[in-house]
Amino acid sequence: MSKIFEELTREVVNTPKVPCREFIQAKLGLIELNDEKKKLAEELSTIYRRESGIFDCQIALCKGTGCQSSGEIALWNRIDEILKEKGIRDRVNIVETGCRGFCEMGPLVEIFPQHIFYCKVKPENIEDIITKTVMNNEVIEELLFDGIPIAEEIPFYKKQVRRVLKESGHINPENLNDSVVHGSYQGFLKAIKMTPEEVVQTMIDSGLRGRGGGGFSTGLKWKFTKASDSAKKYIVCNADEGDPGAFMDRSLLEGDPHKIIEGMMIGGYATGADEGYIYVRAEYPLAIHRLEIAIAQCREFGILGENVLGTGFNFDLKIKQGAGAFVCGEETALISSIEGKRGMPTVKPPFPSTSGLFGKPTSINNVETLANVPLILNNGVKWFREVGTEKSAGTKVFAMTGKIRNTGLVEVPLGITLREIVYEIGGGLKNGANFKAAQIGGPSGGCLNEEHLDMPLDYDSLKAAGAMVGSGGLVILDDKTCMVETARYFMSFTQSESCGKCIPCREGTGRMLEIMERIVAGRGTMNDITLLEELACTIKNASLCGLGKTAPNPVLSTLKYFRDEYIAHIQDKRCPAGQCDALKRYEIIPEECRGCSKCSRVCPVGAISGEIKKPFVIDQDKCIKCGACFEACPFNAIKVG
Amino acid sequence: MAKTETVQEPLRNFAKVKEIIEKFGTDRSALIPVLQAIQGEFRYLPQEMLSFVATAMGIPQAEVFGVATFYAQFSTQPKGKHIVQVCDGTACHVRGSSEIIKKFKKDLQIPEGSTTTEDLYVTLETVSCLGACALAPAVVVDGKVYGNVNFDDVAKIIMSMKESDNE
Repeated sequence: MSKIFEELTREVVNTPKVPCREFIQAKLGLIELNDEKKKLAEELSTIYRRESGIFDCQIALCKGTGCQSSGEIALWNRIDEILKEKGIRDRVNIVETGCRGFCEMGPLVEIFPQHIFYCKVKPENIEDIITKTVMNNEVIEELLFDGIPIAEEIPFYKKQVRRVLKESGHINPENLNDSVVHGSYQGFLKAIKMTPEEVVQTMIDSGLRGRGGGGFSTGLKWKFTKASDSAKKYIVCNADEGDPGAFMDRSLLEGDPHKIIEGMMIGGYATGADEGYIYVRAEYPLAIHRLEIAIAQCREFGILGENVLGTGFNFDLKIKQGAGAFVCGEETALISSIEGKRGMPTVKPPFPSTSGLFGKPTSINNVETLANVPLILNNGVKWFREVGTEKSAGTKVFAMTGKIRNTGLVEVPLGITLREIVYEIGGGLKNGANFKAAQIGGPSGGCLNEEHLDMPLDYDSLKAAGAMVGSGGLVILDDKTCMVETARYFMSFTQSESCGKCIPCREGTGRMLEIMERIVAGRGTMNDITLLEELACTIKNASLCGLGKTAPNPVLSTLKYFRDEYIAHIQDKRCPAGQCDALKRYEIIPEECRGCSKCSRVCPVGAISGEIKKPFVIDQDKCIKCGACFEACPFNAIKVG
Repeated sequence: MAKTETVQEPLRNFAKVKEIIEKFGTDRSALIPVLQAIQGEFRYLPQEMLSFVATAMGIPQAEVFGVATFYAQFSTQPKGKHIVQVCDGTACHVRGSSEIIKKFKKDLQIPEGSTTTEDLYVTLETVSCLGACALAPAVVVDGKVYGNVNFDDVAKIIMSMKESDNE
């Protein structure tokens, strides 16, 4: 194959190492080509896509935050070293890609053209991979996932519909050339040939709804911004992914930053904005780094700046780093934060579409929403609506975590059932445990129980069940997770993240948290449940912004579906999941106890007594449930209930 | 030896702050990036620097202080030489991050009610989500991410943090 390439590259050289300026410009329609050269460019891009250059083989290493932490850098060095040793370094290309979503199995390595996918690769495996797979096309069984060599065949990927995440993990996010060959900026080039009205209408027709939580129609948002009369307008990308348990925005920015930039350019053109801001959490240093590189490359090639791609459209982007405040995910708070103020929400109306950033009309869209935009322009409304439901079209990326076998990012059609995600993609629960609940939508969402396993996951059904799609965090819980404690956890999160501007949220969440803490400590009363429900109702109705309006959801949904657990904590002073420290009961199993006295020696309150070589006993009245005896016992003779 | 060096507080270098403000400009929207850069330099925001920023940028001191105390990223208390961040996001929480936090607190000898050791050697922070949920529980030490941390890993992580002093 490389021979054909050499033939073709006599005129144009375009490899990952030496990106060709003319090639990129030609691909983007910046320079006129005669038919012969057009054909050449097409063939070049096909071959580039297949082999990514003049290399016989390509080793793709996932360089997402997940795989990096599991030792990706050591792998890179080792591969480089072995390849040099074998004298084939110049024939093998090492590509560092963005997140592939299957973080549990990291570090991930994929070998092309053999198309073999290895999981949990360690530096000591590298020599084998190179001598066997790269040089001799042999598959190393031990490194496969369940013996499946091709990534797309693995159940985790098979059931997914990867549209937004398609390129993520396959391209080098730090190389504009790679993105362009894979079709980046084609959506923008289509949009620019349409009128802004037509672009807005396309978005409305597609039925794309905000992927960040609200679920508002993106097309309508743009329509309102477009309708606002102002010479200066802004488009803002909300990448303040604060929901604990969600990381799709991070992965997208790390894996395919050009998709987001393109989405913003289309949005800018449609609404009349010539300046954009990307508001990213400071906790995502790699995402910021990749975005900075991508923006700089775009400026260099005339994709950002004045007269974008020779179309007469001006557009530029700035990155703003968040400073660690969950409430800044709320659009008016985000605006205040960009303006350099405390990130506090303001009363709506006026909506940002009429008066937003610096008082100018502003459209604020989430990362995943923007990533869908170029796809819709490129493939059409009909294609977009092929998956999903009537009112929730397209796909949604869920971040599946918790007590699940395969954690990671999954992109599925909206309307899929929880059962399919948990059991088919997720591979069921860890250690064969029983499914108890799924917490969806983070601190603003709710918990679903077994009965909801066959409910379609879309905006409206979830809302009806007291949860929400939210940003797409999906935490799977097993029967060792206490639902009351989980609700308390979320309450403590929203309480500390409440900005303090409006009283219902500031005071209400504080009171709710106090009650929740009382219940998990075994000091709750039945009256507390009524009080919780009353408070929740007030906070929901009277809070200023989305944070307060949704803050009681985790408590309300657990009260609805797991009320018996609350009652067990209150009336029986017992935690059915055995998780709440204060309600634990430590007991010595007489049959197992050898009477070594180790436990009674470590007990800080002298609650354990007995005779040597005879079973010891814990005095439950004295026990402070510190667990010291449990850790100290060499015979596992102490049980926790 | 390494420990005694860390006790020394960085010099209050206003020239550096001036340089930062010149880089970002005195526009109101530059306030957060300026504070981030100052914190990057000094590891916290000393009060006199906040006053300096307020005067230099023409923003009331109360507002600068308001911003500095609003965001979780900013600290008005000195931070340690090393920063250990334990994620307590949902995924990490259900996989037992609270035990990890307790263990770090104990092993690093962080005094009750504080986040930093008395000798300013290390600061322990809990963060709400690092976005590394698939690796829960996750810990970040001076920017390096550790995934699937269990009870026994804590000692190893502390050890490699201490070893980095000698590099």
